[in-house]
Amino acid sequence: MLNPKEIQTIEHDVVVVGAGGAGLRAAIECSKLGLNTGIVCKSLLGKAHTVMAEGGMAAALGNVDARDHWKIHFRDTMRGGKFLNQWRMAELHAKEAPDRVRELEEWGAVFDRTKDGYISQRNFGGHRYPRLAHVGDRTGLEMIRSLQDYGIHQGISVHMECTALDIIKDGEKVSGLVAYWRETGRFIVFKCKAIILATGGAGKAWKITSNSWEYTGDGYALAYEAGAELMDMEFTQFHPTGMVWPLSVKGILVTEGVRGDGGILLNNKGERFMFKYIPEKFAAETADTEEEANRWLKGDKNARRPPELLTRDVVARSINNEVKEGRGSPHGGAFLDIASRVPAEAIKRKLPSMYHQFKELAEVDITKEPMEVGPTLHYFMGGIRVDHDTQMSRVPGLFAAGEAAAGLHGANRLGGNSLSDLLVFGRLAGVGAADYIRKNTGTINLDEEQVKISVRRATDILNRESGTNPYLVHEDLQQVMQDNVGIIRVEHELKKAIDELQRLKKDTEKVKAPGSSQYNPGWHEAISLRCMMITAEAVTLAALERKESRGAQTRLDFFGEDKEWQKYNIVLRKGKDGNMEVEKVLRTSTSPELERIANSTIEALDAEVAAEKENLKIS
Amino acid sequence: MKYNFKVFRGDKDSGGLVDYNVDVDEGMVVLDVIHRIQAHQANDLAVRWNCKAGKCGSCSCEINGKPRLSCMTRMNEFSPDKPVTVTPVKTFPVIKDLVTDVSWNYEQNKRIKPFKPDPKKKDAKGYVMFQEDVDRVQEFRKCIECYLCQDVCHVLRDHDRKDKFVGPRFMIRLASLEMHPLDTEDRIPAVRDEYGSGFCNITRCCTDVCPEKIQITDNGIIPLKERVVDRYYDPIARIFGGGKKKQK
Repeated sequence: MLNPKEIQTIEHDVVVVGAGGAGLRAAIECSKLGLNTGIVCKSLLGKAHTVMAEGGMAAALGNVDARDHWKIHFRDTMRGGKFLNQWRMAELHAKEAPDRVRELEEWGAVFDRTKDGYISQRNFGGHRYPRLAHVGDRTGLEMIRSLQDYGIHQGISVHMECTALDIIKDGEKVSGLVAYWRETGRFIVFKCKAIILATGGAGKAWKITSNSWEYTGDGYALAYEAGAELMDMEFTQFHPTGMVWPLSVKGILVTEGVRGDGGILLNNKGERFMFKYIPEKFAAETADTEEEANRWLKGDKNARRPPELLTRDVVARSINNEVKEGRGSPHGGAFLDIASRVPAEAIKRKLPSMYHQFKELAEVDITKEPMEVGPTLHYFMGGIRVDHDTQMSRVPGLFAAGEAAAGLHGANRLGGNSLSDLLVFGRLAGVGAADYIRKNTGTINLDEEQVKISVRRATDILNRESGTNPYLVHEDLQQVMQDNVGIIRVEHELKKAIDELQRLKKDTEKVKAPGSSQYNPGWHEAISLRCMMITAEAVTLAALERKESRGAQTRLDFFGEDKEWQKYNIVLRKGKDGNMEVEKVLRTSTSPELERIANSTIEALDAEVAAEKENLKIS
Repeated sequence: MKYNFKVFRGDKDSGGLVDYNVDVDEGMVVLDVIHRIQAHQANDLAVRWNCKAGKCGSCSCEINGKPRLSCMTRMNEFSPDKPVTVTPVKTFPVIKDLVTDVSWNYEQNKRIKPFKPDPKKKDAKGYVMFQEDVDRVQEFRKCIECYLCQDVCHVLRDHDRKDKFVGPRFMIRLASLEMHPLDTEDRIPAVRDEYGSGFCNITRCCTDVCPEKIQITDNGIIPLKERVVDRYYDPIARIFGGGKKKQK
């Protein structure tokens, strides 16, 4: 057995796990505040899942439509999240997003421009005004590259291709992190006072997903095992438009920008079916005829938005229903048509990577023919439960930001609110960690016993004589989640998933990775199974507990929203007996002012904002 | 359909091509085949990948000797009669199987003086710059850092002059900074003296392999070389001292 004293140890004040938008922004803030900062990331720097974000970054800059304001962004976010969002987080997000966008420009990002030379903004589902700062359809790449190129000059230590295994605690507090280097297979211990988890989501537990291999719920599992709580885990966002064909690219994202720029959804009868699915709550703000929707596209400010731009949960369910009722496209999706709506040159200019993606992977020319699209697991609204202002979990010294954290998006996330989430809460987590470290000056102790347990669990996978194939266990898990915890849920299937997960947990304990420890993907896959299992169980238990349909959670056996359930978030934690506990937690009341804003009619709020802006001008 | 794959297995000290016979379904790309081998025949086959949609630049390798992204290379361009070889990129040292040590590239990026915006170009609503002025910079910023251009660059691949030339990837990174309408830093002396612009002999191999179709040579490297020439070798500019002025 490896002696923990012989394991390489590096000391930082704070370790950020994950190098996507949230992780990089958090690390930059920590470093600015004088902390010795390390980033641990599974891939090479600049490859994190943030690069996949396409459409843009929501912020009420008001550059394209001056009527926009943080209050309207806040209202849109709360309504999109079906009022389960944490009020304070939605407020902070809407207020601070514009500064974060401008700051990114200061650091080198080159956004598309308006005619008068400012950052341009595009329309997106659920956003009242054109709000998404963007660069064609590769905004995520622009964000990550800007943060990367700025971040490498800020004195941050970047530990690439290094995978976090377990959090080490000294009593209640965080004191370190066990990880391993992919290249050598050697272990490393980071001694640190604070950890910021920016590990993204866990789409890889499903079969059809837009997520990359990294999305295995590492942050959720590490936090859960360390005693933190998870919240809103039942809300997994199925993006309405993933590719459905060929099979090998099934699930890959087709940006909502296609619809934002005029694309429409059709069934196999050529019907523009979204007009049939407008929820009552959004009826007043949605066009009910093609004629009105077309006027909106042409820029008529009095026309209402087309129904294709309803929130993602609504559009995903509608496509699902069309397919179920036999009106789907040949490969089981819907047609997304922009070819007949926008000139070919404009499509290539505004959606260049979509053009190439379809041309090269599906041999479809989107300037000439419609795409075939269907729902794909895209995003976790839920995650680690954190304090709204400091981003700290209930474990002292353990923070979370971005998709790894819960709270901002409630039951459903609006497109474009993720990239802004990364920067707003990445920064705030950095501020929170710095405050925490300033207040906790005592020495911390790194418990060798905990390190040993973590290392042994990982090496057992290699040392076993024989065992199950990790890839096949993973495939099995993906099928279970796809079949039983999908876009439409029902009690007997969720219960079946729980039983299946118990079986899969046993398989996971017996998993064997052949080969050496050096750059061994089989070993890595086996290690990540534990994280996916914890996440899958949390999602399933929460989905079973919430007996209503709201946002991304659709229960066949509990139709529609239930007012009573709007009072609760579902929280999960590790119980004393080692099993997962589920609890309905009453939502705390918030400022009446925020509630008033969120519940205003759009006309009243528009008028209020206009008056405020007028007053500002006069004063 | 059955295909024969010959995949490099080994590390920096030793290794060779190993045969795998794999079933290939309609629409599959080379990376899918590698994953199928990994799941069923060789659990420890090392390969880097992330997005599987040509957006992250992780899965660069050489397919039948050609530098490609394996996630964007469709199997229907190959005939099942002939084996498909998959080897790691040649310009960087092998770590294991298809994974190479690309850390040199990260070191080069760190050497480049960062972006320094001109505060005068900002008003209350933010910085002002026009789309027509950012078009060329945005072209360079499409780069996904797959390093295929670095892989084919003769200076790096055949002559191994990593000590003298930063390679096409960082020439366009430099171009994106030098042509940024807000930037005030001057990197032209370093482009010549530290980053080795003179080593590029414009064979355009980098442009040919770029999956983002960036005109690396014509729009990036040549204009940088011209700026170097204007600064150091233009006789009129030298007499009047105008060559020292930074152009954007």
